[in-house]
Amino acid sequence: MTEGIGHVIHDSEKNSLKGRNRFHRFRLFFSNLFPPVFFGSLIIGIWYLVSYAILDESRRFLLQPPHKVLTNGFLDWSGRDGMSEMLQSLWSSTKVAGIGLFFAILVGFLLAVIMSQAASVEKALFPYLVTLQAIPILAVVPLIMFWWGSGQTSRVVVCILISLFPIIVNTLFGLQSAEKDMHALFTLHNANRFVRLRKLMIPAALPAIFAGLRISAGLSVIGAIVGDFFFGKGEVGLGQLIKRFSSELQGEELLTAVILSSALGVAVFLLFTWIQNKAIGNWSERADLIS
Amino acid sequence: MPDISSLSLSFDEISMRFPDGTEALLDVSLSVGPNEFVSVVGPSGCGKSTLLNIASGLLKPTSGSVEIADTSMGYIFQDPTLLPWRTVLRNVELLCELHQVPKEERRKRAQEAIDLVGLSGFERHFPKTLSGGMKMRTSLARTLTLHPRVFLFDEPFGSLDEITREKLNDETQLLFQKEGFSSLFITHSISEAVYLSTKVYVMSERPGRVIAEFDIPFDYPRVPEQRFDPNFAEVCGEISSALRGVDHD
Repeated sequence: MTEGIGHVIHDSEKNSLKGRNRFHRFRLFFSNLFPPVFFGSLIIGIWYLVSYAILDESRRFLLQPPHKVLTNGFLDWSGRDGMSEMLQSLWSSTKVAGIGLFFAILVGFLLAVIMSQAASVEKALFPYLVTLQAIPILAVVPLIMFWWGSGQTSRVVVCILISLFPIIVNTLFGLQSAEKDMHALFTLHNANRFVRLRKLMIPAALPAIFAGLRISAGLSVIGAIVGDFFFGKGEVGLGQLIKRFSSELQGEELLTAVILSSALGVAVFLLFTWIQNKAIGNWSERADLIS
Repeated sequence: MPDISSLSLSFDEISMRFPDGTEALLDVSLSVGPNEFVSVVGPSGCGKSTLLNIASGLLKPTSGSVEIADTSMGYIFQDPTLLPWRTVLRNVELLCELHQVPKEERRKRAQEAIDLVGLSGFERHFPKTLSGGMKMRTSLARTLTLHPRVFLFDEPFGSLDEITREKLNDETQLLFQKEGFSSLFITHSISEAVYLSTKVYVMSERPGRVIAEFDIPFDYPRVPEQRFDPNFAEVCGEISSALRGVDHD
């Protein structure tokens, strides 16, 4: 009664298919790997070129060559400015980003759910959210300092301000994405607001929520480092380190800190991609497109 | 006027005008008796779907009245409207869930409905892995779990290929005989309407009015070959000219 009658494949056919498949995978692997590796090598080549051919020795601190960044930055574990201190700062910034992202998700999700329940609430709030989003962080730094001092709390606030918007917008868009007929189905069977939200709107919103989360996760790292840059009391995060390295002209360490920062951003992005694929990869047509 | 109490569904001079001024329906009267399979054919945009929305209570008519003998009503949408995050089994369980049917009973009814539409073995599949026909079967199974006495079909097979469509026509017919529900079936296809129905109404272009009514004399079960029977063709021809009459007005 069901469609899709199995296709009969002979063993020999199967084997040759398998062989072709393996070869195909091999080629796919290389065609995926080669371009980024090639481009990366090109960048390192240009980096060396700038360090050695364009900058003369007295100005080489402006861009230290890659191997010196590796030896003086990544492989130097001793004392002040060493890798151990950098990793401590990395951990500090990771905590700030994590806490900031947590609150951004909490607030963003709740706001989006409330806005999805009544068009009037959405209309009332949306212009202010856009305004909030448009304020340059730099402009509110003094205010944040007045209100929350210059410690951890203020860094977290910067983090929240930066990463909140994509969560709200994407969640709201997702909550509104369930098709009209699906809503009609729930209406026909007398589903109340809460059931509709839980069984229809929130699951339908998940792909969009994850899209927002992945953007916001990266932004929360930026927020943590920018916040740390301005609010330096207490634990030293990557922002403080970058500030210090730049004022002391420590090129290798500076580049190391920059690379660590972006590595944190990438790691957070990958983490959320992984969570997304675990959560909705089974059913979402979108998940495998963006993994 | 037939006795309303013996009818499953009856429309009495229903008119529908939307807020934007569109006149969708004009004085439509039609009725579906118990164990009747009634189809409505008509040109695109003649308000056929509006008719179902009114029958199901999703829309209130501007004037006229609707009588429904039984509140248990199944609605088969144009799209399968499956929830993509639920497996076939969980999708079929949805309506029982919305009506707070206990879990065990829910699962039992869902499994029965899945078996009935021939989807056994696909319980754990997600909609994205199903063909159009299988999605429609899942949608049918979902509605069957509540054992509604009245089925409303909104061009359910319109987007399927010819072969799948004919197959599903046969299965709908089987279900109709097995479950003994009443149907109001909206379609573009004259042969589909004739093949399935006990009665076919023809509607005009917008604003939709009932312009002809045909009793289909063939006994059930009907077989696919019957589509090529001269008597069958004759009925189709009559309906077709009734439909075309609209264009020449």
